[in-house]
Amino acid sequence: MKAAIVVFPGTNRERDMRIALKRVTGRDPLMLFHREELPKGLDLVVLAGGFSYGDYLRCGAMAAQSPIMKDIKDFATKGGHILGVCNGFQILIEAGLLPGGLLRNASLRFLSMDCHMRVERAGTAFTSRWQKGAVFRAPMAHGDGNYFADDATLDRLEGEDLVAFRYTDENGTVTEAANRNGSARNIAGILSPNLRICGLMPHPEDLVDPLMGGTDGLPMFESLADTFVSA
Amino acid sequence: MTGPAAKPLDSAARPVDMAHMTAAAPVSLDPARAAQLAAEFGLKPDEYERCLAILGRTPSLTELGVFSVMWSEHCSYKSSRVWLKELPTKAPWVIQGPGENAGVIAIGDGLAAVFKMESHNHPSWIEPYNGAATGVGGILRDVFTMGARPIANLNALRFGAPDAPRMKQVIDGVVRGIGGYGNCVGVPTVGGEVNFHPAYNGNPLVNAMTVGIAKADRIFTAAATGVGNPVVYVGSKTGRDGIHGATMSSAEFSADSEEKRPTVQIGDPFAEKLLIEACLELMATDAIVAIQDMGAAGLTSSGVEMAGKGGMGVELVLDNVPQREEGMTAYEMMLSESQERMLMVLKPGREALAEAIFTKWELDFAVIGHLTDTGRIVIRHKGQVEADIPLAPLESEAPLYRRPTEETPKQPVLAPGAVANPTTIEDALLRLVATPDLCSRRWIWDQYDSLVNGLTVKRPGGADAAIVKIEDHDRALAMTTDCTPRYVVADPEEGGKQAVAEAWRNITATGALPLAITDNMNFGNPEKPRIMGQFAASVRGMAAACKALDFPVVSGNVSLYNETEGRAILPTPAIGGVGVIDDAADAIGLGMPHGADLILIGETEGWLGQSLWLRDIAGREEGAPPPVDLAAERRNGDFVRARILAGEVLACHDCADGGLLVTIAEMAMATGIGATLAAPATKAPEHAFWFGEDQGRYVLAVSDPAGILAEAEAAGVPAARIGRSGGGALVMADGRSISVAALREANEATLPALMGGKA
Repeated sequence: MKAAIVVFPGTNRERDMRIALKRVTGRDPLMLFHREELPKGLDLVVLAGGFSYGDYLRCGAMAAQSPIMKDIKDFATKGGHILGVCNGFQILIEAGLLPGGLLRNASLRFLSMDCHMRVERAGTAFTSRWQKGAVFRAPMAHGDGNYFADDATLDRLEGEDLVAFRYTDENGTVTEAANRNGSARNIAGILSPNLRICGLMPHPEDLVDPLMGGTDGLPMFESLADTFVSA
Repeated sequence: MTGPAAKPLDSAARPVDMAHMTAAAPVSLDPARAAQLAAEFGLKPDEYERCLAILGRTPSLTELGVFSVMWSEHCSYKSSRVWLKELPTKAPWVIQGPGENAGVIAIGDGLAAVFKMESHNHPSWIEPYNGAATGVGGILRDVFTMGARPIANLNALRFGAPDAPRMKQVIDGVVRGIGGYGNCVGVPTVGGEVNFHPAYNGNPLVNAMTVGIAKADRIFTAAATGVGNPVVYVGSKTGRDGIHGATMSSAEFSADSEEKRPTVQIGDPFAEKLLIEACLELMATDAIVAIQDMGAAGLTSSGVEMAGKGGMGVELVLDNVPQREEGMTAYEMMLSESQERMLMVLKPGREALAEAIFTKWELDFAVIGHLTDTGRIVIRHKGQVEADIPLAPLESEAPLYRRPTEETPKQPVLAPGAVANPTTIEDALLRLVATPDLCSRRWIWDQYDSLVNGLTVKRPGGADAAIVKIEDHDRALAMTTDCTPRYVVADPEEGGKQAVAEAWRNITATGALPLAITDNMNFGNPEKPRIMGQFAASVRGMAAACKALDFPVVSGNVSLYNETEGRAILPTPAIGGVGVIDDAADAIGLGMPHGADLILIGETEGWLGQSLWLRDIAGREEGAPPPVDLAAERRNGDFVRARILAGEVLACHDCADGGLLVTIAEMAMATGIGATLAAPATKAPEHAFWFGEDQGRYVLAVSDPAGILAEAEAAGVPAARIGRSGGGALVMADGRSISVAALREANEATLPALMGGKA
C-alpha cells in the first residue's frame, strides 16, 4: 500500500497515523507537506487530525483552500481512496468532498474520552475486516465533532447506505448518552457515494497496540492493507 | 497597574539626533522622575542606587525597564537563591542541572529527557484561560528550546474552596486554557494533581510541566559565542502585551488586580506548534550556536542571558524586530512578553538556510543584531542608542537577599486514638472518596487530549504515574506531579520531604526507576520571616529526600508573593518527577485485577495528624503531619520496583491522601472489582488503621502472596496480606460492605456537580 499523510500547518496526529499505517504495512508512509504536490501512484491519501491553521476561521476551512487540495480533489475524481480523521474529516467537508458540517460539541467543551462505534457499512476499503453491526472502541479528542446536515442529506446518506459508523453504547445500541458530541442521528463517520472517501471524528489510529490500551482500531488499517495488498 | 508601564512616556518627545546616530549615548531620564519610576517598576531604593552605580549616570527609560525586570524576584531569584543552593543537583545521569531553560537527564539508548515545571499563578487568577494557556506555552518553549520534542504535559493545580467567589470561573478557565493550548499544539496532557483549600481563594496555583525527548548529544543551550554572529528573532510578532509581566508576578495582589489584566499575555498555540516544528527542523542542521525562548521579560532576558552566559556582548537594532503594532518604543519592545517568540544566534552564513525553514512554517524571521566582544548590551532604535548596559554587573551585582527566617512551631503528634470516628468506616469512606481533594478528576482530564502522538501507555487515572513510550524505542518515561500542602504548612521540613518522597513513590509504583525532579516553589511574601522560614525548611526537607532517594533536582521555578490582601497560600513546593522504564510493557497500573491477593508494604501506625479523614470527616486541621522515614522509603520502594520488574505484581497503588482504605477503594473503582479485606492486625483504632496517612506504603495485587511475603521478610520490608480481590464490593472482615458502584457514583459525581454538568 502506497500511503501518504498530508501535513498542514497545525496538523498534529500525523505521527499517530504513521504508527498505525506502519503497523499493517511494515513501512513508513510518505509525509507530504501541504505545499508539495501529490505524487503519482498513491493508493491512499490520509488527512490526519490536529488543528490545521489553529482552527481559526472555522475548523478545516483554511486547509481546504491549501494548494495541495487541488491535487487531492483530482485524486478523488480519479477514484483515489482518501481517509480523513477528526480535523481531516473537517477538511474533507470544507473541501466539499463529503457532505454536511461539523459543529461545536453539544456540551461546548473539548471531549477527550473513548467512545464506541457501530460499523454501519461493512465491505468497504475502510471496513472490510469488520462485520456489519460490529462494535468497536476508539478515543475521540475534539471540540467540533457534532455532525450536522439537513434532513434531506441525512436521508440520502442513510438511503444510500453511506453512514460508515454510528456512536452507540458498548453493546451497539444507539443511545443519546453514547452520542457525546450531539451528532445528528449519532453519525460518527460517513462515506462518499463511490465508497472511496471516508471521514470520521474518532481516532482508530490511537488504538492499534495492546500496549496503548487495545487494538480496536486496527481492523480499519488491516482493511486498507487488504484492499491494496498487491501494491 | 501602579505605573504607566504601557505608555510611551517621554520617548515620543525626544528629538532624534541623526548626526549622532552611531555614537549617541542613551538619554537619561530626569533624576527625580527616574527614581519615582524605579519604585513603580518594583525596584527597592538600594537596588536603584546599585543600578546608578553600575551605569555611572541616570538610566534611560529602556535601561530602567531592563534593570527592573532582570532584578525582579521572578527573573533574579533574589530571595530564594541562597536556599536553593542546598538542593542536590548532581548524579551520573544528570546532563544539565538548574540554570538552563530546562533540566536534562540521560535515560539510555543515547536519549535524554528534558523537563521543567513553571508557575503561571498570578496571570491565571487575573485571566484564567489565557493565564493557564500561556503557562503551558511557556514551559513547552523552555523544553523545545533545548532541542527536545515535547512528549508530555502535566500540571499541578491548587484552587480555593469550590464555593469561594469567582472560583468556579477560575477552575473552568484554567482547565479550558490548559486543554486549549496543549490539545492544539499536539502534546498530550497525561497527568497532574489538584487540591482545593480556602488558602488559595485569592491566589490559585497553576504549575505546568513539560517533558521532552532529545538525543543526549544534541542538547542546545543559551550560551552564545562568536563575535559578529547574527542574532535572529523568530516566531510571532511583538506587541504591547505582557509589558512588565515579570514585575507583576513579583508583587502581592490587592483589590486592584483587575487593573493588571493588560499584563497578561494572549497565547497562540497554533503559532507555538509551527515554532516547535520549525525549531526542531533547524536544530537538525548545524546552523544554531545558541537559542533561548523569550519568556518572562521577553527580549530583555533572552538577549541578556544569551550574551551574558557566553561572556559576550550584544547589539540589537529594534527597528528590525517584527512588530504587531505601530509606533512601539524601545522600552515597549524590550519589555513585551508577547508569546511564541525565540531568539537565536546562528553560525555565520546560515541565515538563508534558517530563513527558508521559518518561511516554510509561515513564521517571522529577522536578523535583529549581532554578538560583540564589548561585554555590553546595546539597544538601538530609530538611530538612537536607547540602552547601553554592562552585562557582567547586571548579573553579578543582582540583588541577593538572605532574608530573616522564622521556624514554624512544631505541632503536637496526634495519637491514633485521640479523635474518635464520628461515623461508620463505610460512611467515612463514601464521604472521603467524594471530597474535592479525593474525587475523580475525570471532569478535568476529559477535556485534555492525553493520547495525541499515539504513545500514551498509561492514561490519567490508570497508574500512579503517567507512562509515555518513546517513539521507535521500547523505553518509556514515567511522570508525576506531587505535593501535600497541608503537610507543608504544618511542618515545612517534613512536608518538603514528603513531596519528594511521594513523587518517587508514584514513579516506583509503576515499575519505573525515578531519576530526577523539577521543583516549583510556590510561597507567600518572602519579606515575612515565617514565609521565608517555610521556604528554607521545605528546601531542607526536599534536599534530604533528594539525597536519600538519589533523586536530584535538575530544574525549577520559584513563585513568591502568592498573597492576596496579606493572606498567604499554603506553602506549596510542587514536585515534578521523571523516571524511566526500559520496556514500556513492564509498566503496571493501579486497577484492581480479579482474584489477586492484596499485600500491604510498609508500617501502619494509624497517623491521623493532618490527614484528610481528620479534616473532612472529623472537621479538624491539626497535628503534626506523618513523618517520612527516608531509609524505609528507599528500602520499601526498591523492593516494590524489583518485584514489579520481576513480573510478580499485577497492580500497585501507593497509599497517599485518605490512607489505606481509600487506596484500596481507588484500585477497585478503576476496574469495578472489589475485595474482601482481612481484619486489621493493629493496636490502633480501626479508623486510624484504615484512614491514617502513614508514609512509605504501597498496596500490591499479586498472584503469589507467599512468595512476595517471603521475599519481603528476607529484604527486611514490612509486608502483610490484607485481603483478596473479587466481587463488586469492599467487604470488611465482619461482613460490613460497600459496593464499588456506590463508591464510583460518589467519586464521579463531585466535580460535575460543582462545575454544573458533565464535560
